[in-house]
Amino acid sequence: MLRLEKRPSPSRAWTIATPVVAVILTMVAGGIMFAMLGKDPVEAIRTIFWDPLFNAQFAAYSRPQLLVKAGPLILIALGLSLGFRAGIWNIGAEGQYIMGAIFGAAAGLAVYPVESRLIFPVMIIAGGLGGFLWAMIPAILKTHFRTNEILVSLLLVYVAQNILSSMALGALRNPEGGGFPGSRNLSQIPAMANTELVAGTGMHWGVVVAFVAVIAAYILLQRHILGFQIKLAGQAPRAARFAGVSPNRLVILCMGISGALAGLAGFFEVSGPAGQISIDFATGYGFTAIIVAFLGRLNPLGILLAGLLMALTYIGGELAQFMLGLPSAAIQAFQGMLLFFLLAVDLLSNYRIRLARKEIA
Amino acid sequence: MKRRTLLATAALGLGLAFGGAAQAQGMDKAKACFVYVGPIGDLGWSYQHHQGALAVKEAYGDKVEIAWQESVPEGADAERVLTQMALSGCNIIFTTSFGYMDATNAVAAKFPDVKFEHATGYKREHPNVAIYNARFYEGRAIQGHIAGKMTKSNKIGYIGSFPIPEVIMGINAYYLHAKKVNPNVELTVVWAYTWFDPAKEADAAKAMIEQGVDVIASHTDSTAPLAEAAKTNGAVIGFGQASDMADYKPSPRVSSIIDNWAPYYVKRVGQVLDGTWESTDTWAGINEGEVEIGEITEAVPADVKAEAEAMRDAIAAGTYHPFTGPINKQDGSAWLADGVTAPDGDLLGMTFYVEGITAEIPQ
Amino acid sequence: MDFFGITPSVLIASLIVASVPILMAAIGELVVERAGVLNLGVEGMMIMGAICGFITAVETGSPVLGFLGGAAGGAALSLIFGFLTQYLLANQVATGLALTLFGLGLSSLIGQSYVGIKPPPTQPVPLGPLADIPFIGRVVFSHDWMVYASLAAVAGVWAFLRYSRAGLILRAVGESHDAAHALGYKVVRIRLLAIVFGGALAGLGGAYVSLVRVPQWTDGITAGAGWIALAIVVFASWRPWRVLLGAWLFGGISVLQLNLQAAGARIPVEYLSMSPYLITILVLVIMSSGRGRAALNAPAALGQNFHASR
Repeated sequence: MLRLEKRPSPSRAWTIATPVVAVILTMVAGGIMFAMLGKDPVEAIRTIFWDPLFNAQFAAYSRPQLLVKAGPLILIALGLSLGFRAGIWNIGAEGQYIMGAIFGAAAGLAVYPVESRLIFPVMIIAGGLGGFLWAMIPAILKTHFRTNEILVSLLLVYVAQNILSSMALGALRNPEGGGFPGSRNLSQIPAMANTELVAGTGMHWGVVVAFVAVIAAYILLQRHILGFQIKLAGQAPRAARFAGVSPNRLVILCMGISGALAGLAGFFEVSGPAGQISIDFATGYGFTAIIVAFLGRLNPLGILLAGLLMALTYIGGELAQFMLGLPSAAIQAFQGMLLFFLLAVDLLSNYRIRLARKEIA
Repeated sequence: MKRRTLLATAALGLGLAFGGAAQAQGMDKAKACFVYVGPIGDLGWSYQHHQGALAVKEAYGDKVEIAWQESVPEGADAERVLTQMALSGCNIIFTTSFGYMDATNAVAAKFPDVKFEHATGYKREHPNVAIYNARFYEGRAIQGHIAGKMTKSNKIGYIGSFPIPEVIMGINAYYLHAKKVNPNVELTVVWAYTWFDPAKEADAAKAMIEQGVDVIASHTDSTAPLAEAAKTNGAVIGFGQASDMADYKPSPRVSSIIDNWAPYYVKRVGQVLDGTWESTDTWAGINEGEVEIGEITEAVPADVKAEAEAMRDAIAAGTYHPFTGPINKQDGSAWLADGVTAPDGDLLGMTFYVEGITAEIPQ
Repeated sequence: MDFFGITPSVLIASLIVASVPILMAAIGELVVERAGVLNLGVEGMMIMGAICGFITAVETGSPVLGFLGGAAGGAALSLIFGFLTQYLLANQVATGLALTLFGLGLSSLIGQSYVGIKPPPTQPVPLGPLADIPFIGRVVFSHDWMVYASLAAVAGVWAFLRYSRAGLILRAVGESHDAAHALGYKVVRIRLLAIVFGGALAGLGGAYVSLVRVPQWTDGITAGAGWIALAIVVFASWRPWRVLLGAWLFGGISVLQLNLQAAGARIPVEYLSMSPYLITILVLVIMSSGRGRAALNAPAALGQNFHASR
């Protein structure tokens, strides 16, 4: 029998090696699946992992797109990771993402067609505020009524989706759109557009903010008293209370930060890559970000890498679909496998595997 | 192997671009690409578009390569998918959902040599963008006629997805033609606020049936409303939507509207091959075969069936337009004067019910 | 008494049917969570149950075998979760979400050739004259056997947790796995059994969607029901009968808003379609504030992995 032995501290070597091992295992298992679907497994794997980065035809375009796709994931996951470390479970980032987009877009569209340099910053603030306020609902319900935040934040996702469709059909509908649903296209209004900052790099304000947030979160967790409190509350709640950490204050702070970051991500998405408030604006970034947060081991740098890896499988998956005719379901299952393997081999960094001798009674 | 053909196509494209005038003379091989909003297996909207894509392959064989991508979210992802398709050497790209409108035009600006075809939208900002749609309301008129004749309770129902012009147009056509043959008919509309949620669609149908509705048309994508109607042992009938849904023949599915994109897709890809493709705005209906009326089954009396088929033929021949005045708006104000047919612009931007419908459009 | 022309007995009968899938999945998840495991992959297990049940029913022609197939499908998927979280100590939240992603993809792959087929019908249980009793007959005695099975599952889980020794052990594992381990109970094995049970029930719920509620297979047919089931477990504060209440409340509001529309009530539809969620939140707030801490009896070890250090 094999048995596990907890390492005193996570193994540094394995922490770096495990993602590589997981990716290799996924390639093998995924390759078998692709072969069963009648596709050349080697070509499929190469299309997913290699082509977005190095294919002569696509890479110049796909590489920057990695940042565009990863930006919101990283931003949301960072916020969530703070709460997750403190044992505060915000599962409803998707709703906060939607509300950030609505608030931000509404703030800009309210003054249309005024052109001013002030509009974009105001919209950014409104977007963050939208996500913040939406996250405050579960936060305050938790601090005042001890209502479970997992449930409330999750339920509020559905409410936000309903608000989104009524906005796209009603209040924010483009008055020049001939009755069709959807707001004006923000990315085509100069004062409101979240454009590419340097052509051909994919860098837009949302990506910049995501990078800044990675650094800020890193400093917060390493150097700031709040970071210490968050870690303490998660690892030893009782000790945290003795140390004078107010649980309510932590709930408000963690939910507020994650809500605001999700709201910002929503706003940068609606004013840039997505362009408009539409019924189908929400595509699950808020849920994918939860996975990203855990894949990154709730560590800011880890989240940065995990976000980029997820983005790679999305973009590579798209290429595999239309170049090789793989069904989108196969890509979904492939992503699921990758996550399974990443989570499974994570064990190696925290535990040693030993051949167990017979137990001494 | 596939990669090699891709490169060959790309090289061909380049060669043509340098050749300049050669482009107008068409090409020997073309790559046609399709972007779907749902999974191919939805048996509705995306499924039917994919049938059109397969028909293109069938029609041209080795001369055309097809590629597609399913379940592409509208918005940011669409623009990337379209760009990657253009980069991969697609000569013509069909974007098959309304929400791809801005992405289609944005990508078209970057790839002037690639043709783009956008379904159900209205923006053509570049000479390489064409738009197309189907006159589904023609089919709704025929369903309304059957509904008005068939209902025993004088209550007919319509499951709406979202209150957008496309759906409102369908509701109006359905109601007008039911009312025409049955002045006592009442229309119930239930909004599901989703395009696809089989359980919810089933519940919506059930709620209507409990209210005494005995003919149900639906504007959502699944067969769930028909399955619900099937539980009443023939008391309630309905129609296939998007695809024929022939499994529910002869009742409750008494007829259907089939989205048949094949003729249009085959024609347009052919035009790319022979170099005659132009940016157009196509709104085709029964006449062009784009809206097909699925077989009217024996559950419908022969005379009603004959009338419905006569209406279908009249619409196809252009002698009858489902929106012919006098028609008033719901508030009683005049919309179309006697004998006037509705201009397309009015229909495409329709945000009002016609006179007689008691429900309100949610706002 | 009718209001807006809606007959209460009919409404209640349809809400009972509408809530079966979420009830099944939720009561299974309740057992899992009572054992201290948080499996967020309910949606994935439901849809695997939906397709496996559908395929089995179509291939064998028997709806009963179909439901067994659905349970097996859900249970099989839950084993992946069980293996990863119990033996490899993977994070439960992330594994559960990955399970949903994987289940949605896999179900669509294996269901490709089953799109658009009609499954064999599941008939109501013939209860003869009972079904003709006014009101009660329509509400209670006019359903298919799965409806009764789901109610039996609630009662069974309730009795199991409350009265049986095994139930006590399961709860102990969920409250403190270290203490349970110290007492000599096989924590991992017990949790694994709970996970498989939860998977099987989620699979049954999914099979009910594809075999009875909608009867058909299309991609993504469960359309988010698994998430609702998760919400209901928390809403019920981990108590079986409250799960039933939650499922009926949720199913009831969803059905009611469609019925109100069909009855022509002038109501703002877009707000009504979010009402089930808002009302659930409201009820939750009342329940969690009303009776103080006792009302929220989350298993103390929920979501924590167990590793015997000795």
